[in-house]
Amino acid sequence: MGRASSKEDVGALFRSLRSAYAATTLNLKIIDLYVGFAIFTALIQVVYMVMVGSFPFNSFLSGVLSCVGTAVLAVCLRIQVNKENKEFKDLPPERAFADFVLCNLVLHLVMINFLG
Amino acid sequence: MAAPETSTAAVPTLYTNNTLRNAFGGVLSFFILLLIGVMAFSIRLFSVIKYESVIHEFDPYFNYRVTQFLAKNGIYEFWNWFDDRTWYPLGRVIGGTVYPGLTLTAGTIWWLLNSLNIPLSVETVCVFTAPIFSAFASWATFLLTKEVKGTGAGLTAAALLAMVPSYISRSVAGSYDNEAVAIFALIFTFYLYIKTLNTGSLFYATLNSIAYFYMVCSWGGYTFIINLIPMHVLLCIVTGRFSSRLYIAYAPLVVLGTLLAALVPVVGFNAVMTSEHFASFLVFIILHVVAFVYYIKGILSPKMFKVAVTLVVSVGLAVCCAVIAVLIALVASSPTKGWSGRSLSLLDPTYASKYIPIIASVSEHQPPTWPSYFMDINVLAFLVPAGIIACFSPLSDSSSFVVLYIATSVYFSGVMVRLMLVFAPAACITSGIALSQSFDVFTRSIKFQLPGISSSMEVDAVETSSATAEAQNDAVKTEKSEETSKNRPSKKSKKKEKEKEEKPSTKAKAEKRLLALPLDSSVIFLLLLILLGAFYVVHCVWAAAEAYSAPSIVLTSRSHDGLHVFDDFREAYGWLRHNTDVDDKVASWWDYGYQTTAMANRTVIVDNNTWNNTHIATVGTAMSSPEKAAWEIFHSLDVKYVLVVFGGLVGYPSDDINKFLWMVRIGGGVFPHIKEPDYLRDGQYRIDSQATPTMLNCLMYKLSYYRFVETDGKGFDRVRQTEIGKKYFKLTHFEEVFTTHHWMVRIYKLKPPKNRIRGKTKKSKSKTSSASSRGKRSGTGKKNPWQ
Repeated sequence: MGRASSKEDVGALFRSLRSAYAATTLNLKIIDLYVGFAIFTALIQVVYMVMVGSFPFNSFLSGVLSCVGTAVLAVCLRIQVNKENKEFKDLPPERAFADFVLCNLVLHLVMINFLG
Repeated sequence: MAAPETSTAAVPTLYTNNTLRNAFGGVLSFFILLLIGVMAFSIRLFSVIKYESVIHEFDPYFNYRVTQFLAKNGIYEFWNWFDDRTWYPLGRVIGGTVYPGLTLTAGTIWWLLNSLNIPLSVETVCVFTAPIFSAFASWATFLLTKEVKGTGAGLTAAALLAMVPSYISRSVAGSYDNEAVAIFALIFTFYLYIKTLNTGSLFYATLNSIAYFYMVCSWGGYTFIINLIPMHVLLCIVTGRFSSRLYIAYAPLVVLGTLLAALVPVVGFNAVMTSEHFASFLVFIILHVVAFVYYIKGILSPKMFKVAVTLVVSVGLAVCCAVIAVLIALVASSPTKGWSGRSLSLLDPTYASKYIPIIASVSEHQPPTWPSYFMDINVLAFLVPAGIIACFSPLSDSSSFVVLYIATSVYFSGVMVRLMLVFAPAACITSGIALSQSFDVFTRSIKFQLPGISSSMEVDAVETSSATAEAQNDAVKTEKSEETSKNRPSKKSKKKEKEKEEKPSTKAKAEKRLLALPLDSSVIFLLLLILLGAFYVVHCVWAAAEAYSAPSIVLTSRSHDGLHVFDDFREAYGWLRHNTDVDDKVASWWDYGYQTTAMANRTVIVDNNTWNNTHIATVGTAMSSPEKAAWEIFHSLDVKYVLVVFGGLVGYPSDDINKFLWMVRIGGGVFPHIKEPDYLRDGQYRIDSQATPTMLNCLMYKLSYYRFVETDGKGFDRVRQTEIGKKYFKLTHFEEVFTTHHWMVRIYKLKPPKNRIRGKTKKSKSKTSSASSRGKRSGTGKKNPWQ
């Protein structure tokens, strides 16, 4: 009985997650897609490093950290742009995007310097 | 209610009154800040006035030499510089082992001034860098404390930091060391972190990472920042203060900060591989997990959330345990668990004395004594607890950060005297908060009891009490954002409102009770507080003038016939510079290495960087061995001159004979035939007639006391307060070439091996050479012919 109900619960859980997520606005979903893409790129780099070895370690580090960094910055952008977030309701989304661009610029400048 | 109507009627006049008052307050605080900067600069100028504009101590000479190189050859040469005039024959990669922040800062200032046709020399810029940056540091303290508690507390904290003796001791004019710039970078990084935490703006997060990069460039103490901030994030999560601003403040800092830290050559890959940085990664992961949990909680219904939790816990626990086990195995496999020696000695204070005698021997690494706390932070020592309590009422993210900062820095300052410097800004911030709050209480009681002003004050009281009625939760910052939507005259009024409503700790009754202090006692207490401040100022000026302004390369003493100046060090380095060849190597104890390369411009064997323990142990063994063995060791290192510092004639206590036991210990750590008990008689270190024969025959004794008996006929050593043991002896392998005016520095030359060997030695030499000629044919040229 426990097993069956827990299986049902798991199924219900995934369905409710799906429906709740489908309710988010389009621009937030685009940002989530970008975050997923960045994390996926980072994972590919890690798998490649495991297969081939980490010899130019600075290149590996800068590659992985740039992916993780831009994902983190996109999450910050999503937090600031989300209309349900009351703390940021007087922050115009253009300002949030400009901050996002600036931070990414600094991140990639540093990353290219370190790439070697 | 009648109250809001009267307030709305009075709002226009109150509005203009408020703006005028706020404008006046803004201009006043600007001028106060300017004066604080001027005071911070001028209190550090005592050494320039009393002595001259000269670089102090030992480490600053190395930084000065590096800055000279940078100014002469440009930044590309500096970045790739391999220094072959130190650690002979190993050399030192300067580009990869120095923290470049200080030298690049001073170099940039010099270049800027010179391109504006202000011809300051490199030395002048180096000498005055520290006072300028201490002015900047006090302004940064103002900004930081303003974010925590308001303008009043900010100004008080800035004034306290400008004068605190602990900071003065490492940033006088002439003390051109890393801390001069690093403390400014530390406070500024903390300010930007708190600002990001309060506003949630990604722009400030970027600035925070750049300021952290500047801190990493400047000082090895940057590990304090990268461990304190994760600790604070963890504290916020655990106490239920997680918010999206926390995520924005921390997550970009970790990624950008790690990348920036890896850019600095000294840190390099240590930024991801040493245990000092693991805390930041761990908290990064924890933060993401918590953020994800909050997000899921937000989009699911409570029942579904429970199901999700049970699912995750059952599946994720196994995976988590596996990952953690792998991590622990990785870390535990290295002998020091991934920590560097210095950090380990901070966590376990007994570590250095057991395993790394060099770290234990530096005087700055000893634990401080109780009087040094009162000497270094004086009055702040008992204002700090009051400030901690003031931070708790009300507790916000920023005030919890201040409490954490002061708790950790108190612990570390108790382990190492040098870290009192990191404790000083925390002490100033908390004491500034305490002083400012108490000033608030007393002046408010006075104001409320003076006739005529009470009518307008009533309106203020109504406003604040209505505002305090709204304040329910603990985060003051959300209060502030709600208020700004109501009225936004200027930033200063926002701060003033916040200041007013925080003090009565959100209870109107408590406010009325606090405000009812009797008039005469508040006046008296106010005067007493001002007297306390006066005591602090007097002590700081005294400490700056008398205790911390000595350049230690020039010594003075007063006697009945006036002022004596002991300029022996520069005399000796000048002699070396003018009377020896450019490529001659000079051997001395590592204390004097930097000064020798910078002022005498000669190659040295060991210097203050102390990165190679074996090399230092070689020099220490040579100093502790008899003349023959010492000659051999020095000859193998191509040494031409040996320099010893001797204070026995004038009573200078930090000479080489007093440091000799450290030489024995360090040498004995690598070469087991040097045993410390051989040099002690009954466990006591003596150089008089009761000293052991090993002690009386070692090189250090002989070089220090050669011909010493000629000075007063009895050979009385003023530092050890005894007559020396062996008075009449000759040197067989060394010859004295220079002794300074007060006998403080003595320079000896290695006697070259004799050209011809006659008599008995020839027979024994032919025997040994025929027996071992095959192996040692190449080495016979270097063999000591006196055996």
